[in-house]
Order: sequence, then structure tokens, then C-alpha cells
Amino acid sequence: MDFLGAGIAWLTDAAQWSGAEGIPNRIWEHVLISGIPLIAALLVAVPVGLYIGHTGRGALFAVSLGNIGRALPSLGILGIVLPLTLPLTAGTDIPLGLPPTLVALFALAIPPIVTNAYVGLREIDRDLVEAGRGMGMRESQLLTQVELPLALPVILAGVRTSAVQVVATATLGAVLGIGGLGRYILDGISQNDDGQLVGGALLVALLAIITELIFAGLQRASVSRGLQPQRRAFELAGQAPGPPA
Amino acid sequence: MRPDEPLIRFDWIARNLGEIGQRVGEHLVMTLVAVGIGFVISFALALAIRRWRSLAGPVLAVSGVLYTIPSLGLFALLIPITGLSIVSAEIALVSYTLLILVRNILAGLESVPAEVSEAAIGMGYTPWQRLWAIELPIAVPIIVAGVRIATVTTIGLVTVTSLIGQGGLGYFIVVVGIRQFFPTAIYVGAGLSIALALVADLALLALQAGLTPWARARGTAG
Repeated sequence: MDFLGAGIAWLTDAAQWSGAEGIPNRIWEHVLISGIPLIAALLVAVPVGLYIGHTGRGALFAVSLGNIGRALPSLGILGIVLPLTLPLTAGTDIPLGLPPTLVALFALAIPPIVTNAYVGLREIDRDLVEAGRGMGMRESQLLTQVELPLALPVILAGVRTSAVQVVATATLGAVLGIGGLGRYILDGISQNDDGQLVGGALLVALLAIITELIFAGLQRASVSRGLQPQRRAFELAGQAPGPPA
Repeated sequence: MRPDEPLIRFDWIARNLGEIGQRVGEHLVMTLVAVGIGFVISFALALAIRRWRSLAGPVLAVSGVLYTIPSLGLFALLIPITGLSIVSAEIALVSYTLLILVRNILAGLESVPAEVSEAAIGMGYTPWQRLWAIELPIAVPIIVAGVRIATVTTIGLVTVTSLIGQGGLGYFIVVVGIRQFFPTAIYVGAGLSIALALVADLALLALQAGLTPWARARGTAG
């Protein structure tokens, strides 16, 4: 267990806690590198998923997108995008690894959100929607006042899958030379520095688990108040988790 | 990378067919070993959970946490113990299969109707005979669904093991492609990895059809 001691010694060394290569800054970089593509993916994927779920048009697309998303290796996407964005960064100050990382994370985050938004809307008891329609609700009211509140926990389950996957994959951005917590792991390997290696790994694991817990909490809190007694049923019907990255 | 470097150099592919084939083989073996060991462990865990219900919470919680840890982080935690080795790679790959396999094996066995199990008991089947001859065949579709997800996921994760000196097709993506700025190798590695995932998925679907001939018979009759 020497290596755990080395990791903890590294983590508790004051020298690691300041400056551009310090832990706070690396965590901040990691959160930015993950957060920006996740928000961008939400802006695209939620409307698309809601449209497919509400109209039923493009259902096959929503389902196959989820399956394809699983087959795409995260490292592979990073690599595939790199040569395509190189002309953008040539001659600029932008790190050449940044655009491919952001694009790859954006692409990874979309399928689970689209698929879950679609499934969430489809799983709603049709009688509820028809009751709303019978009460004279417009389509937009049905979507925002009936379908969305009922589907929210399932939609957020998709967001949770994406968020965890994005935070995990952002670690791989270090392969393309950008910051974030993956830096410590790759530098730890190349410098044969167990303290940095293990300390970095513990930070990465912790950040992923915290992300999971935050989104799990959001998901739980999102169950419509009228349905609270059924909360457990929702949890037990949990979705298949997304692939680890 | 020079600006005029083409995205794909077919002559490089033609010259390196031997090594490409070898890496595909390595990728497949690493996947098979991980899913195989993962399946055996998961099967044992699922049976243990059926025997001792209180194990369900802890087993699923631990495999859930393992599943959440980013792969590079898990490899990193293993390096001080097992080094930059195939053993580190396989331990991490196996641990990622557990959550999905345990869940699906359990769900598959739970999907057996109670009256079917009771009929088997009434006919004098021992618990092991019942498991092997009655429950497993009924559980096949759900179990295979889990194996498909685990296999496709593992094929993607094998590429990441290139960062600790292993990697199958990931070697082309990282070592030849990204580190030497050679797009052809990236596309060969990533493209073949995706192709391998799709082929493996279809092969497992075919295996499921072969294991459950009655499903097909019912399909044509009904």
C-alpha cells in the first residue's frame, strides 16, 4: 500500500495546491473542458429528443443513435477529430488538443440525452396526454405542463450518463496535450512518479463519483411532487448505464 | 503534421497489413479474456446474490463505483501494483464488465416465471439441474444482451490501454497516430475498433439465435 501513501503525500503537499499546474487550477480546467461541451450538447440534444418523443417522428433515429454512441470508442473519437481541427489551430494560440477534445466530448454527450428524452416522453401514460388534450391544452402546453414534468427524471438520467462519461473522457484530453486532471496521470506515468500518478487518479475518480452523485440527486429531486410515492419505482427501473470512458 | 499530409495514406495501410492484422488479433484476445473472466466472476456473484439476498446492495454498489471511475484513473491506480502490464489492463477491463453482467444475469434469472421453476422442482430437478436445464435457457436473451453491451464497451476501452503500453488497435491511435501526428494510423485504429465492435455485436446476436432455437420456431409458427 506504499503507493497510496505516496498518492496521499502528493495530494497533501502544499506545493500541489497553487499555480497553473496546481490541483485547484487543474480541477477548474477539467470542469470547464467537461462543462462547455455538456451544456452545448444539452442545448442540441434536449430539443431534438423532445421533438422525437412528442411527435414520434424519427424514433428509429433516437434508438439507433444510442446504440451507435456505445460503439464509438471515446479515445477513437478524440483521434478522429484531431486531424480535422488541426487547420483551425495552426498559427493560433489555441492549444491544438483543445478543439478535438471539446468536439469529441460534445459528440459523446449527445446520444444518451437524445435517447432518454425520447424514451422519457414515450413511456408516459398516453391517457394523461389525451386527458390534457381533452381539457383543451395546446401542443406546446401538453409538452411543457404534462410531458416534460413527467419525463424529467428519465431525461435527467440521460444527462447524468452523459455528464459522467464526459468528465471521464475529459481525462483523455491530456493525451492531446491539454490540461485537466488527466495531465497528472500521464505525467506520472512518463516521469515514473507514483505520487503524482496515484494522486491524479484519486482526484479523477473522485470528480467522476461526485458528478454521478450530483446528477443522481438532481434526478431524484426532479420526480414530480404528485408522483413522489412512486419514486422508488422510478429508481428501480433505472436505465442501463452508459459506457465507461 | 504537415498541412498537405493526407487523411489516409493507402500505401501505408498496404505496407502494414501484417501488423494491422496482428493488432486486431491482440484487440480481440484482450476483449475475449476480459469479457470471459468478467462473465465467470459475474455469474458467481449473481448466483451468490440469489442465495444471499443481502449481498445485492454491496455487490452492485461496488461494481457501480468501479464502473464510474474513468478508465485512465483505474489503470493509473493499478500501475504501482501490477505495472505497465497486460495484467493491469485486464484487471481494469474485467472490472468494467461486472456491473452490466451481474445486473443482466440477475435480471435474466429473475425473468424465469415462478410456476416454471416450481414445475421443475415438482418434477424432481435438483437446484443445479434446474439452473442449467430450465432457468439458464430462459434467461439467455437477457444475459446475452448484457454480454453484448459488455463486449462492445470493452472493445472501446481496450484502445485506452495503449496509454499504459498495451492497447491492440489503440496502439495505432495513440502511439503511431496522435504522438507522431499520422492521421492514417488514427483512422485505421479507430475505424477497425468500431468495425470490431459492430461485428462482435452481430456475432453475439447470432449466438443468441443459435442458443434459443425455440424463439425462432415460435416466430415462424406464430
